[in-house]
Amino acid sequence: MPVITYIESSNGKIKKNGFELASYSSELAKLLNTTAIALTVNVSDCSELGNYGISKALKISDDSLNEFNASTYADIITQAVNKTGANTIVVSSSLDSKYLAPILSANIEAAYINNVISLPSNLDPFTVKRTAFTNKAFSDTSSNSEKVIVGLSNNSFGLIENSIPIDEEIFEVSISNSNLSVESSEKVSGKISIADADIVVSAGRGMKGPENWNLIEDLADTLGAATACSKPVSDMGWRPHSEHVGQTGKPVATNLYIAIGISGAIQHLAGINSSKIKVVINSDPEAPFFKAADYGIVGDAFDVVPRLNEKLKEFKAQNS
Amino acid sequence: MFLFLKKILCTHSIFINFTYIWRNIITQVFMKVLVCISHVPDTTSKINFIEDDTKFDVQGVQFVINPNDEFGLTRAMWLKEKQGASIDVINVGNQSSEPTLRKALAIGADRAIRINSDPNDGFFVAKQISEYIKNNTYDLIIAGRESIDYNGAMVPGLIAGFLNINYVTNCIKLEIDNENVLLDREIDGGKETLKGKLPLIIGGQKGLVEESDLRIPNMRGIMQARQKPLEVIEPYDFNSNTETLKFQKPLPKQAVKLVDSENLDELINLLHNEAKVL
Ligand SMILES: Cc1cc2nc3c(=O)[nH]c(=O)nc-3n(C[C@H](O)[C@H](O)[C@H](O)COP(=O)(O)OP(=O)(O)OC[C@H]3O[C@@H](n4cnc5c(N)ncnc54)[C@H](O)[C@@H]3O)c2cc1C
Ligand SMILES: Nc1ncnc2c1ncn2[C@@H]1O[C@H](COP(=O)(O)O)[C@@H](O)[C@H]1O
Repeated sequence: MPVITYIESSNGKIKKNGFELASYSSELAKLLNTTAIALTVNVSDCSELGNYGISKALKISDDSLNEFNASTYADIITQAVNKTGANTIVVSSSLDSKYLAPILSANIEAAYINNVISLPSNLDPFTVKRTAFTNKAFSDTSSNSEKVIVGLSNNSFGLIENSIPIDEEIFEVSISNSNLSVESSEKVSGKISIADADIVVSAGRGMKGPENWNLIEDLADTLGAATACSKPVSDMGWRPHSEHVGQTGKPVATNLYIAIGISGAIQHLAGINSSKIKVVINSDPEAPFFKAADYGIVGDAFDVVPRLNEKLKEFKAQNS
Repeated sequence: MFLFLKKILCTHSIFINFTYIWRNIITQVFMKVLVCISHVPDTTSKINFIEDDTKFDVQGVQFVINPNDEFGLTRAMWLKEKQGASIDVINVGNQSSEPTLRKALAIGADRAIRINSDPNDGFFVAKQISEYIKNNTYDLIIAGRESIDYNGAMVPGLIAGFLNINYVTNCIKLEIDNENVLLDREIDGGKETLKGKLPLIIGGQKGLVEESDLRIPNMRGIMQARQKPLEVIEPYDFNSNTETLKFQKPLPKQAVKLVDSENLDELINLLHNEAKVL
C-alpha cells in the first residue's frame, strides 16, 4: 500500500512545504517498503517532486478547484485514497490542511495524528512523536486504525534530496458540491505569511506604540521575514489579529524567530517554542525570554534594531 | 425493527436535514445552539507527567474553559441576547470537568450536558458529540479551532464529517440572519468571507468576539447556575483510534549566548556560521 501525500499549491506552483512533505512521505514509504505518491491540484509540472523521492504524481486539473473548499478537497483526497489503496496519508499543518484533515478522517475512518515531528518509531502499532500541550510537551501517539493521516508540523523534518524518476498521471475525480461559497478573500499582498516564513520578526509592548513598527517592518524586509506580535499588541490594536502569536494565537515553527521587546510570558513561549533558533532583544536582562533564547542582546530596541538592520543589509549585499 | 430503521436513518445525513427542516416548520422555536466545551489546564500551567510519563499530572493545576471555546461561548451569549437562542453546552469528560460546565452556565448557558467518560482522543469525543446531536437537533454548533492541551484541531471537523453538515474553522466572524450565515475564516496570510446556511458547525477563535468582550461569571450568574440542569449521560460504546503511549518534556535549554549590543557583527556571524539560519 503506497503512502499518499496531498501537496498544496498556489497559482499552479507547489508551495514550499510541499517539498518537506514529499521528503517525509518518501522516507516513510521506505520504512513501509512501498512508494510515495503525491496528489496535486492544478499543478501542470510536478517533476520537482521527483527530487524528493516521489515516484508518482496524481494530477487533478479542474478550474472549479481553484478556490479551496475543505469538504470538496477532503472528497477528492478520499477518491485518491480509494484508487491507490493507500493506508497512510500525509498532509501539512497549513490552515487549509488542518481544515480538511478531520473531514477526511471521518470520510475514510482513519486515525488523524497532527503536529507530528518525526518518522514513526514503531510500525506496529504505527507510532509517531507529536507536540502536545501547545509545545510544552511531546507525546508518542499510536494509531490502532488500519488507516492513518499524519499531519506533519512545519519545518520539523526538513528536506531530503533523493532524485528518482517520477511518473505524472492525470487523475479524474468527481467533484462534490458544497453549500458554502466564498464571497471574497483578502490576502495581504507582497507580504510573507507567518506560516510560510523561514524567519519571523516579532515585537511586543516594548515597542511603545504602533508608530514605531516601521523599525520592525524594515528589519523584516531586509530579512525577507514575516512580522508577528505578542497578544497585548494585537489586543490594543497596534497590529492586526492575524499577527498575534502564542498559545492562544498562531503557532510559529520557523528557522529563526527574533523577539523584540517581548517579555517571554509562558503563553507567548508556548506558541513559538518549536522555532529552531530564537534571538531576543530586550532592555531588561531579567526578562524571562532570555531563558528560552539561543542568542540574546540586552539593549534598547530603538538603538539596537536600526543598527542591526544596517549591518544585515551589508551582510546581505556581500552574501548574495 | 424501529430501532434498526432509526439507526440506518441516523447514519445518513438526510435524517439530520430532515429533522432540522421538520422542526422548524412545525414548531416556531428559537435557534438552538450547542457550544462544545473542552476542559483544559490554565495557560500558565506547568506541564508535568506521572505514572512513568503516561499521565498528565493534575496536581496543583487549575482547569479552565478552553480559550477558543470562551470566545465561542460569548458569541453564543450574544445570539441569545440579541436574536433569541437557547444555549446548551456539552463536554465529554469525567466528573472533574463539572466546575468548568458550571462556569459556562454561570456565564449564561441554559443547560449543560456531560458525556461521562475519559476523553481519550478527538475521534472518540467527536463520535460521542455527534451521537448526541443526532438525537437533539441543533441549528448551530460552536466548538473551538483547537484545544490548548491536546491540540488535535479535529473535533469540530470530525463532527462535520460524521454528520455531513457545513463546517468552517478558524472562524473569526459569524453573522446569522434566519438560516443564512455569513462568516470570516482566517486563511494563511489573510481572511476569506464565506456564505452558507444553517445547520452549521464552526471552529471558533479570537475575533469571533474580542478579548474585552469575554464574559466572566458574576454573583447572580453563579447563583442561577446552581439551579440550571447539568445532565450526565453515559457514553456510546466506541473505541478511540489513537493512543497516547508516553509523554516527554522538552530537554532543558542550553544557556543563552549573550552578545554585546555594540558588537552586532558577532550576532550576524553566529547566526550565519553557527546556527546557519542566515
Ligand atoms: C489566557 C491567556 C492567554 C494568553 N495568550 C497569549 C498568547 O497567545 N500570546 C502572547 O504573546 N501572550 C499571551 N498572553 C499574554 C501574556 O501573558 C503576556 O501578558 C504577554 O505575552 C506580554 O506581552 P509583551 O511581552 O509584549 O509585553 P510585556 O510583558 O509588557 O513586555 C514588554 C517587554 O519589553 C521590554 N522592553 C521595554 N522597553 C524596551 C525597549 N525600549 N527595548 C527593548 N525591550 C524593551 C520589557 O523589558 C519587557 O520585557 C496570554 C495571557 C492569558 C491570560
Ligand atoms: N472533551 C471535549 N468535550 C467537549 N468538547 C470538546 C472536547 N474536546 C474538544 N472539544 C471541542 O473541540 C474543539 C477542538 O478540540 P481539539 O480537536 O481537541 O483540538 C475544542 O475547542 C472544543 O470546542
